[in-house]
Amino acid sequence: MSVPNEQMANGFEPASELPTQKRIGVIDVLWALAMLVAAGIGYTQYSESLDVYATGTLFGAALGLGFLGWVWPATRWLTGVVAVVSMYALWQYNILGADGAVGRDALAQFQESNFLFKFLLSSQAATMWMVALFFLSIPTYFIGLAVRSEYGLKVGSALVWSGSAMAFIGFFSRWRESYLINLDYGHIPVSNLYEVFIVFAVVTALLYLFYEKRYNSRSLGGFVMTIVGVALAFLMWYQFTRDAEVIAPLVPALNSWWMKIHVPANFIGYGTFAIAAMVGIAYLIKQKMGGDGPNDRLPSLAVMDDIQYKAIALGFAFFTIATILGAMWAAEAWGGYWSWDPKETWALIVWLNYAAWLHMRLTKGWRGPVMAWWSIGGLFITSFAFLGVNMFLSGLHSYGEL
Amino acid sequence: MTSQAQTARKRRRSLASRLYTWLTSMNLAIALLSILAIASVIGTVLQQNQPFNDYLIEFGPFWYEVFKTLGLYDVYSVSWFVAILLFLLASTSACLLRNTPGFLRDIKSFRLNAQEKSLKAFAHSRQFETPLDGDEVAERARGLLQQLGYKARLKQRDGETLVAARKGGMNRIGYVLTHLGMVVILVGGLVDSKMYLKTLNMLGVVEVETRDLPVSQVPEESHLPPDSLAGFRGSVNIPEGKWGDVAFIGLKDGYVVQNLPFKIEVEDFFVEFYDTGMPKSFNSELTLTDKETGESTTETIRVNHPLRYKGYNIFQSSFGDGGTELTFDAWQLAGDVGSHQEREGKVNDDTTFEFDGKKYTLEFRDFSLFNVNPTEGPDGKTENTNFGPSVTFRLRDAAGQAIEYENYFQPVDFDGTRYFLSGVTKEVGGQQQFLFIPADRNNSIETFMAFYAKLKDRDAIAGVAADLIGQTTQGREQRDQRMQNAAARSIAELVTTFVNDGFSALGERVDQSLAERGLTGEQAEQARNATFGVVQQVLMRTYMEVLDEQGIEDFTQQDEAFFENALDVITVIPSYGSPIYVAPKSFNHIQSTGLEITRAPGMLWVYLGSLMLTAGIFMLFYIHYRRLWVLIKPSTLDQDGQSGDQRVVVAGTDARKNIDFDQAFAQFSNELQRRTGSKGQNNPSSTPAKG
Ligand code: HEM
Repeated sequence: MSVPNEQMANGFEPASELPTQKRIGVIDVLWALAMLVAAGIGYTQYSESLDVYATGTLFGAALGLGFLGWVWPATRWLTGVVAVVSMYALWQYNILGADGAVGRDALAQFQESNFLFKFLLSSQAATMWMVALFFLSIPTYFIGLAVRSEYGLKVGSALVWSGSAMAFIGFFSRWRESYLINLDYGHIPVSNLYEVFIVFAVVTALLYLFYEKRYNSRSLGGFVMTIVGVALAFLMWYQFTRDAEVIAPLVPALNSWWMKIHVPANFIGYGTFAIAAMVGIAYLIKQKMGGDGPNDRLPSLAVMDDIQYKAIALGFAFFTIATILGAMWAAEAWGGYWSWDPKETWALIVWLNYAAWLHMRLTKGWRGPVMAWWSIGGLFITSFAFLGVNMFLSGLHSYGEL
Repeated sequence: MTSQAQTARKRRRSLASRLYTWLTSMNLAIALLSILAIASVIGTVLQQNQPFNDYLIEFGPFWYEVFKTLGLYDVYSVSWFVAILLFLLASTSACLLRNTPGFLRDIKSFRLNAQEKSLKAFAHSRQFETPLDGDEVAERARGLLQQLGYKARLKQRDGETLVAARKGGMNRIGYVLTHLGMVVILVGGLVDSKMYLKTLNMLGVVEVETRDLPVSQVPEESHLPPDSLAGFRGSVNIPEGKWGDVAFIGLKDGYVVQNLPFKIEVEDFFVEFYDTGMPKSFNSELTLTDKETGESTTETIRVNHPLRYKGYNIFQSSFGDGGTELTFDAWQLAGDVGSHQEREGKVNDDTTFEFDGKKYTLEFRDFSLFNVNPTEGPDGKTENTNFGPSVTFRLRDAAGQAIEYENYFQPVDFDGTRYFLSGVTKEVGGQQQFLFIPADRNNSIETFMAFYAKLKDRDAIAGVAADLIGQTTQGREQRDQRMQNAAARSIAELVTTFVNDGFSALGERVDQSLAERGLTGEQAEQARNATFGVVQQVLMRTYMEVLDEQGIEDFTQQDEAFFENALDVITVIPSYGSPIYVAPKSFNHIQSTGLEITRAPGMLWVYLGSLMLTAGIFMLFYIHYRRLWVLIKPSTLDQDGQSGDQRVVVAGTDARKNIDFDQAFAQFSNELQRRTGSKGQNNPSSTPAKG
């Protein structure tokens, strides 16, 4: 099946086949160099406390950000803003914790007494900003869509970008705060349900922004940010009823290097699957309302179909990696790479589901509403694997009991 | 060969080929993926590998049998589940076998024999004219293709030139890697699975042991010599200072014993804690001694940091009590109340004793060194308080009924008052309720016990009551001595009722006697309060006597609080359920470590397969397998067949049929048109839509 070109003209940016595309410009090189220099400075400052992995991660991250800046220039803004603001916050925290950990009360006192920290830079404040900005983006996007205001949609995007920046600022603050409370507690904040919900929100938002740029269409923002909003509503409930935001030490099983990569890889999967499902909803709505037409607000059905495929493919790839990493971690922590633990098994179920989805699309050529329904169904399976397992089933996975 | 044999053979071959076709069909693949997913759910909703008795209680005899027959208690190693996996393995292998040769041939071919007609029929195809001559067009087309990363070939054939190009053949290699990776993972996983052990069991080579026996008494048929299984996963508990050389592998409703080629001695087990009292890490210091060479190594393992030794992996997986030794005072709560004996006990050991002609078993079950509980601090904030060590035991009577107690070693401070705690759990899984026995000035339980003993002593109470009556009547006219005695007796009676049966029994008793005397209303209320007052006074006097005996002269507020608290305890002792109070005194903490011992030769294959799978998936998704053709033909506008112009047919395919290729194809065609100065384009930016 091929798509009449007129439909795509407004919905799709040139792919890489154009010979003049994607040259490496001076700015790209400078940016990558800046990243490397920053990593180098970091390295010379802290080299004695960095092991091989940490050093590799540091320079890997620099290269990664350099590359990201080239393929997706907008991320340079995000990187820059987050770097500057977080650096300031960390600097202040370093002064506070110059002699090591200061304890929960002293930290709280500092955050209370410092205006910037109280309202912006502490992980709690930054996270609340993220929540607010992401929430706000939903009506903004939908209004922009309803009144066909490109400006409105752009404001929606700006809100999502700012929310993402706040999420990262809060993330880094929280990371440092965990050490300030007690050196023993220190850990990257991806270790309990509260923390991973934030990861989910920001990963989904960023992946969405990527597709928004790639397909040059902001009209799906309201749909995608709705699922992020649902997650954040849960987060708020969790925070206000269970004090879930309190930084707690790690249980022994989670105190592992693997956690740091297993969890984020998983969330790229969860995020893309969520995007596919929300685009699936938009697809079905548009199809019910008569499909493609001259006055479209939403991207063409073909484009939305394509986004679902792209998202699921990316998610499937990362979910595969995450599951393998999980197996390698389990081999270290529980004594076997595969124990048929409920969480593990549900990850397999999710994976099998999308494997079937991909085969259907690829070898049978299935497209259209059936696949959209299936994407939506996939999100239910994924949500169960993400949340339901923790809520209803018992097993070895030790974090995130409700 | 007879024709009959021939047809039979033909039929057989066609059966085999039908089977092959079925195995390689996408429908089967999808069905298998779905069935596997659905079957996997079972084991996540039904807790696996629990004691069979638990299932029997949960499901009742009928469903218990049904589920057992279906193998749902260990569903991931039951034969039908393994069969699904084997099917998937077969199907994926068959797909590979069928597709790989074709794919490999395909990525080498340039498809140089493509005809104009078929090119024009492609979903992506376009036609235009150019004034350049044929060779020049072909050259420029080839240049552009190469610039875009295509490999191109040129073919001249009767007056026309075909440029055929392809790129992204690695995509097809990705297919092979993905599916081969899956096959390798499944094979590796099956090697490490229980499949082989189950087969041995089915053949009767290995028997399952269901009794709880010491290893040395487990019959030979349930022992597996070292190296008899390629891969296994077993576990073992070893107390500190002891050693073990086996692992237990759970099978059906019992276990088999895997002998190990080395001895594991547990030097030490220790837990590190966070300041919240939450465990930070569990560690075991182990010494392994090779049975063959006699060499030994000592290493400390902890969660996430296992020990690997000659293909065996030893993991820290759990811990428990390894037989902590205890001394305790057994205070009698009945009979000779207030006397006590010092006794010794051991966790996981039972002692029996006789009391009042009845037999009891005291079963120490657990000891915990720390009991960190959230409590409300003085400023109203919750904080974590360590209640100190405790011991958990069951007291079982001759009928087999047991009550579980958890007694603390040291008194725990609540708002400045210290209590000895004893948690009581009457039903399995029931709520734990606490007895708060006040500690005396010396932080001991003795004053309480002495007080309780005195209250249980009828003569003593009668004496106190007589004293009291005597005092209150002093100064008045000498009344009848008999009446006084009767009053003292009935007061003593009431106190005894209170001590033996609790406060509500006392209330009932008083009400009853008031009713007998025909008192009602106001009068009754007054008499009632007076009676309670007298009882209270007797209790207080008794208490004062105890204090006197202890040489305490000043009566402080603390002592008064003690009195109130002691009475609270005394009213609930009747329902405490034990004729003795176990006051733990000292301990020698001995823990045991739970180790998971595994051998997984398939793991290497699983990891290799995972690597292939991951690489393959990225190649499948992100390398586009594309072909482009440019066919250049002299235009046939003139009658004599030559106009000098060339007609160019461009066509392309992408294995993925995604919309990116629509764009890429359009861009390529436009660029080619631009570079060949083609004319007659009315819509240069668009592809004629087809399909
Ligand atoms: C065991 C689990 C399996 C996994 C994880 C798996 C994975 C994949 C993936 C990720 C793709 C690429 C889809 C895309 O690019 O959109 C694919 C394609 C394919 N798979 Fe599987 N597959 C599995 C089993 C099978 C089986 C059993 C068959 C045989 C019927 C099969 C036949 C194919 C075919 C024919 C393709 C298309 C290749 C192409 O033309 O590019 N797969 N598979």
